[in-house]
Amino acid sequence: MPHDAASSPSPILSVSQLHKRYRETVAVDGVTFSVDTHEVLGLLGPNGAGKTTTINMILGVLEPTSGTIVIDGCDLGQRRRQALSRTNFAAVYAPLPGNLTVAQNLRVFGMLYSVPALGERIEAVLTEFDLLRFRNSKCGLLSSGEQTRVALAKAMLNQPRLLLLDEPTASLDPAVAREIRSAIREFAARSQVGVLWTSHNMIEVSEVCHRVLFLSHGRILLEGDPRALPGEHNHETLEDLFVTVAREPLTIRATEEG
Amino acid sequence: MSFRRITALLLRQFYLLRSSPARIAPLFAWVAIDVVLWGFITRYLNSVSGARFNFVPTLLGAVLLWDFTTRVMQGVTMGFLEDVWSRNFLNLFASPLSVSEYLSGLVLSSIASSLIGLAVMVAVATLVFGLSFLAYGILLAAFLLVLFIFGISLGILGSAIVLRFGPAAEWFIWPIPAFISPLACVYYPISVLPRWMQALARLIPPSYVFEGMRGVLEHHAHSFALLGFGGLLALVYLIVMARVFTGVYRHAVQTGLIARYSAETVS
Repeated sequence: MPHDAASSPSPILSVSQLHKRYRETVAVDGVTFSVDTHEVLGLLGPNGAGKTTTINMILGVLEPTSGTIVIDGCDLGQRRRQALSRTNFAAVYAPLPGNLTVAQNLRVFGMLYSVPALGERIEAVLTEFDLLRFRNSKCGLLSSGEQTRVALAKAMLNQPRLLLLDEPTASLDPAVAREIRSAIREFAARSQVGVLWTSHNMIEVSEVCHRVLFLSHGRILLEGDPRALPGEHNHETLEDLFVTVAREPLTIRATEEG
Repeated sequence: MSFRRITALLLRQFYLLRSSPARIAPLFAWVAIDVVLWGFITRYLNSVSGARFNFVPTLLGAVLLWDFTTRVMQGVTMGFLEDVWSRNFLNLFASPLSVSEYLSGLVLSSIASSLIGLAVMVAVATLVFGLSFLAYGILLAAFLLVLFIFGISLGILGSAIVLRFGPAAEWFIWPIPAFISPLACVYYPISVLPRWMQALARLIPPSYVFEGMRGVLEHHAHSFALLGFGGLLALVYLIVMARVFTGVYRHAVQTGLIARYSAETVS
């Protein structure tokens, strides 16, 4: 799966020394990474590892205790509006308002993101995510899989430079999940976009991501090619490696430091 | 500030109203009931007091103007609560939308919804009970402006309370106008209050409106200075409440409340 980082002079996303502390609890502890153009970066880790906290900080809805986030050259802390206009996201815990139709939601969010030629763009994402027949259906009446597709359509609406996907295929059946993975991979390949992807499905991660980061207790424990990493750490599969990271992060840390 | 983003919020409210009779009816139903109820009360009071005093412009007019204030407040809070109920904060605040644009959108939504209520109130009060707004003269515009600004302030305060304490705090915000009304002196002059309450009433902008309204009707006295002070006070409230909301929003971003709002409601 080729990913040509050399073609992008500067990364789409640069996260540097990111910390988030809630009183005595450290949720994210000095995380540094970047996402290049055309790259799909997997952010992996057990529940509570700091993935969603990191994503929330990149989305500007959670203020870091320290550290910087630069999106497409815009420092999120100083140029929030410009940085977020180049970003979009989809997450299972952030469905679009169920009391508006699919088309109404896309129009409202298209205006919030100042999408030019909005009518045409709405048609394009409706077609891309096979949502034309649901155009006038209220989002709350759609199945969870259909709602996920609507959330993805909204995420693509402004043709973001940075796309954040927090378990985007969690509620999809395998056939639709495969189609979605394929659509996002194609989107990343043909657009000037970087994708940050979280998932607990390691087969999906191996299929989609060019590179993965393993987070544990708010720190990056491992980084590398999801197809090569298991072998490098004497595991058969990425899932086996994930289980080790979740249960025995110290052994991995010792291996890395040794 | 982006006019397009503000319009997006207004459009969202329009879509919700257009598709839901349950949202349209409250815009005028309660107002109409209030006007009818107080209309008959004032008729009765007029009949027992003889021709000495006309309660229609003083009492019914006051009820109508206070209802307008309440509707303005609810216009803001309802727009905000739509986002609470639909777990929309994460989607909104992860977009380029700023807090000032968000508040502007809520205020514009409130203008639209409260004007509908005002039109119904005026129509019923005029056609059924013969209330003439010409009796208030040119000051009516000033009265409405002061009450509108104060209603917006209350709406922003209510939204800040829910943002800070969570969806369950919704029940704290509906009684706010009822708590304030004794000090707003809607139905009686400030002079009937005990001295310590008079001092508090002078801190509430609507008290200047209702005093001014009674002054116009009873003595044909126009106290522009007092009403101007009431207007200034209402502006101070607006600025303070907008700052309170911004402060609560910043706290929510620092503590992760915005993000948790969606996640917790889902779970």
